[in-house]
Amino acid sequence: MADPMKIRAQMKGDICDIKILMSHPMETGQRKDSDGKVVPAHFIQSLSVDLNGKTVISGQTGTSISRNPVFGFKVKGAKAGDKVTVNWLDNKGDKRTDEATVS
Amino acid sequence: MKQSIAVAATLAMVIGGFCSQAVAKDTRSAAAVAAAPTPAAKDAATAEFDKFREVMEDSNPAELFEAKGEDLWQTRRGPKSAALADSCDLGLGIGVVKGAYVQMPRYFADAGKVMDAERRIVWCMIEKQGFSAEELFRTPFANENFTPEPTSLVTYVAGASRNLKIAVPIDEPHVQDVYRLGREVFSFRAGPYDFACATCHGEDGKRIRMQQLPNLAKKEEAIRAYQGWPGYRMTGGFMLTQQWRMNDCFRQQRFPEPRYLSDTVTSLLTYLTANANGNVYKGPGIKR
Repeated sequence: MADPMKIRAQMKGDICDIKILMSHPMETGQRKDSDGKVVPAHFIQSLSVDLNGKTVISGQTGTSISRNPVFGFKVKGAKAGDKVTVNWLDNKGDKRTDEATVS
Repeated sequence: MKQSIAVAATLAMVIGGFCSQAVAKDTRSAAAVAAAPTPAAKDAATAEFDKFREVMEDSNPAELFEAKGEDLWQTRRGPKSAALADSCDLGLGIGVVKGAYVQMPRYFADAGKVMDAERRIVWCMIEKQGFSAEELFRTPFANENFTPEPTSLVTYVAGASRNLKIAVPIDEPHVQDVYRLGREVFSFRAGPYDFACATCHGEDGKRIRMQQLPNLAKKEEAIRAYQGWPGYRMTGGFMLTQQWRMNDCFRQQRFPEPRYLSDTVTSLLTYLTANANGNVYKGPGIKR
């Protein structure tokens, strides 16, 4: 099981600013280890952000994204107290879901 | 304040000294002074770095390591199945984390030594949790594939001192001795380059390429070496601590690298941190 995400969701005027920090190696499959063996690709391939159960953002991600990635989104129509749920799924089938409350 | 964030990451080496001035004056040549870029160019470049760092600090992956470290701190682990939260005294009482980082290095009577944060945490892991010293010393620093547990723990403990004033108990006699030792180490010229920390960090206005080098004997500049550590290195994506930073300073000077958690490194950290006393620490940072 992967380490938890850090999610921050704050209202700035009528826009909700969501920041997500993920803990993931994001291996590209291009790198070799000290023995010269290729390190197998291991990366987050899809992520979605739900607001009160309704998906507001979903997308596919790939190996061009850094290790321990940071994502930032701006969402309209949220209010303080709303529940933000973030899901990701990686190419090895590992996944993670974390929640935060809009403040 | 903004300035102190900014400069932390541009630091290549650490530490500055009193005795250094005499040494530095001998070595400073007229050519070196003439070759320095114009102040205007320097300021513009520094300002760009500042902006970049401000954006990055807003979402620092170091927070992930803080979370991991907190978990390690709270959990009962090791052969003695003890939690550091119930057994480890960082100087402010057993289990007290808030403010401990900015008040170390300090003297610990139970260990009979002055210890910096990482050294103390590892001491607790060995003494209180029963972890093997040999194991912990084998791979002390992080790389792309591995983060040592002490690194996460240090990040957590450092995070608990965010926005607090640095206050090394410099009046304590043991700390004072180690501080003096640190000042000696700082100015000790040796190695194939006949280098000392003070060669670069004992004088105002020095730089290596784009990096402005702080004069670490001064309070307002010593903070630049302290700020931003432990730091998340974006190249590679891993956490590094001040212990690593000191080791790397020795490597860069082509000195033999000190043993992990050695007295030498603690003395340098004592000198550096005590010189920065009174400044506000901004928590774990982010580095290129």
